[in-house]
Amino acid sequence: MFPSSFDYVRASSVAEAISILANEEDAKLLAGGHSLLPLMKLRLASPSKLVDIGRISELSYIEDRGEYVAVGALTRHRDLEVSAVLGSSVPMLSHVASLVGDPSVRHRGTIGGSVAHGDGASDLPAAVLALDATMVAQGPNGTREIPASEFFLGFLETALEEGEILTEIKVPKIHGGWSYQKFNRRAQDWAIVGVAAVRNGSTKVSLVNMGSMPLRALATEAAMNSGASISDAAALAAEGIDPPADLNASADYRRHLASVLVKRALEEASSS
Amino acid sequence: MEVTMIINGSSVTRDVEPRTLLVHFIRDQVGLTGTNVGCDTSSCGACTVHVNGESVKSCTMLAVQADGAEIKTIEGMASPSGELHPLQRAFQENHGLQCGYCTPGMVMAASSFLAENPHPTEQEVRHGLEGNLCRCTGYHNIVKSVLAAANETAEV
Ligand SMILES: Cc1cc2nc3c(=O)[nH]c(=O)nc-3n(C[C@H](O)[C@H](O)[C@H](O)COP(=O)(O)OP(=O)(O)OC[C@H]3O[C@@H](n4cnc5c(N)ncnc54)[C@H](O)[C@@H]3O)c2cc1C
Ligand code: FES
Ligand code: FES
Repeated sequence: MFPSSFDYVRASSVAEAISILANEEDAKLLAGGHSLLPLMKLRLASPSKLVDIGRISELSYIEDRGEYVAVGALTRHRDLEVSAVLGSSVPMLSHVASLVGDPSVRHRGTIGGSVAHGDGASDLPAAVLALDATMVAQGPNGTREIPASEFFLGFLETALEEGEILTEIKVPKIHGGWSYQKFNRRAQDWAIVGVAAVRNGSTKVSLVNMGSMPLRALATEAAMNSGASISDAAALAAEGIDPPADLNASADYRRHLASVLVKRALEEASSS
Repeated sequence: MEVTMIINGSSVTRDVEPRTLLVHFIRDQVGLTGTNVGCDTSSCGACTVHVNGESVKSCTMLAVQADGAEIKTIEGMASPSGELHPLQRAFQENHGLQCGYCTPGMVMAASSFLAENPHPTEQEVRHGLEGNLCRCTGYHNIVKSVLAAANETAEV
């Protein structure tokens, strides 16, 4: 399978990538290519131009900035997995990255590509949601920050505007407990349902593959933050949520999984 | 577009269409057909090669993305005099292959994995190879082969 033809240009800086995007109607950014290329091979995407940002090394870093850790958008899953900074300050992000796909996928895929793709079945978007991270975007009109809670808008749709590049993800350090539960039946698979829970003062819980985008379990969070028991809060995991049905799971089974996994996640996050 | 790569130690320059996948570049343009295409959908790992020392599924990377990179394929594993790489020998000695279709990818994934984790447990080997499928389902001996190679290198 080949993608349909496209023009290819390699950007050597963020500024150059932004100016190429500004002058091109149907151009798409290419980072690790591990979401985009499979779609292009299936001809589910046929951009006329790819702007390869994969070599912009200024966007690959993990830095301790006091209250938060700054992660460059082009940081690969593998780099997240082995980062000492994340290991001591945001271990959940390393752990979640280590569960993405398989080692070869993690050598190519980037956190920025995963978050910008915004797939509701992906692990890292849900993780940044529960971690209450902030996305930094650069575009022709300068730089702006978007909280994770306002970033994911719908099926493969994010708050990034045409011509904007996600450059950095600011991840608050974890001072309390956390847990990530990925439920699948075979190694390497995507989550049938996944749950991220972070207790950093208040409790935040997000869900993987329970909708067209990464979702917060708002009813569970509200219950936890007003003192409900873990069991009672977990029972509300799928409240107001309409999960998809597919070969792996019916919607009802997904609701069931969500409450079981949220319970496990909250228990683990409360004991660490 | 012209690309140059170091493939198994030799510099190779060719003209490619941007949509050319690295695996097709290696097989069809460079003529190294040891790297296989299995699923063609990023799942099976038959196409695994090393890009700058790390395992990558070459059906999920464009040749233009690898411009300037060092590539190693299964043909580059044995020494120039033909002596097998310890992993290749371990696969041979431990029955790590049946039909052999997945083997080039398994060996490349395993060697990248051992570079990152030279003294793995059996469980770690299984996780390290989770992106590589064997239709003959000879996983048991594949894992045994990788552990044997790890032990051998640990001893020298
Ligand atoms: C076999 C396989 C298994 C996988 N398993 C999992 C899994 O279990 N869990 C999981 O979460 N993911 C999984 N993935 C997806 C993987 O994590 C991807 O690498 C990741 O989703 C995309 O990152 P990328 O750098 O490859 O992005 P690309 O594919 O290059 O880009 C993805 C999209 O984001 C845009 N984009 C990229 N970077 C930026 C940026 N900086 N700013 C703005 N837009 C940008 C692109 O234009 C494109 O639309 C799997 C992928 C494969 C091939
Ligand atoms: S052919 Fe590349 S992963 Fe199967
Ligand atoms: S030996 Fe036949 S596919 Fe693995």
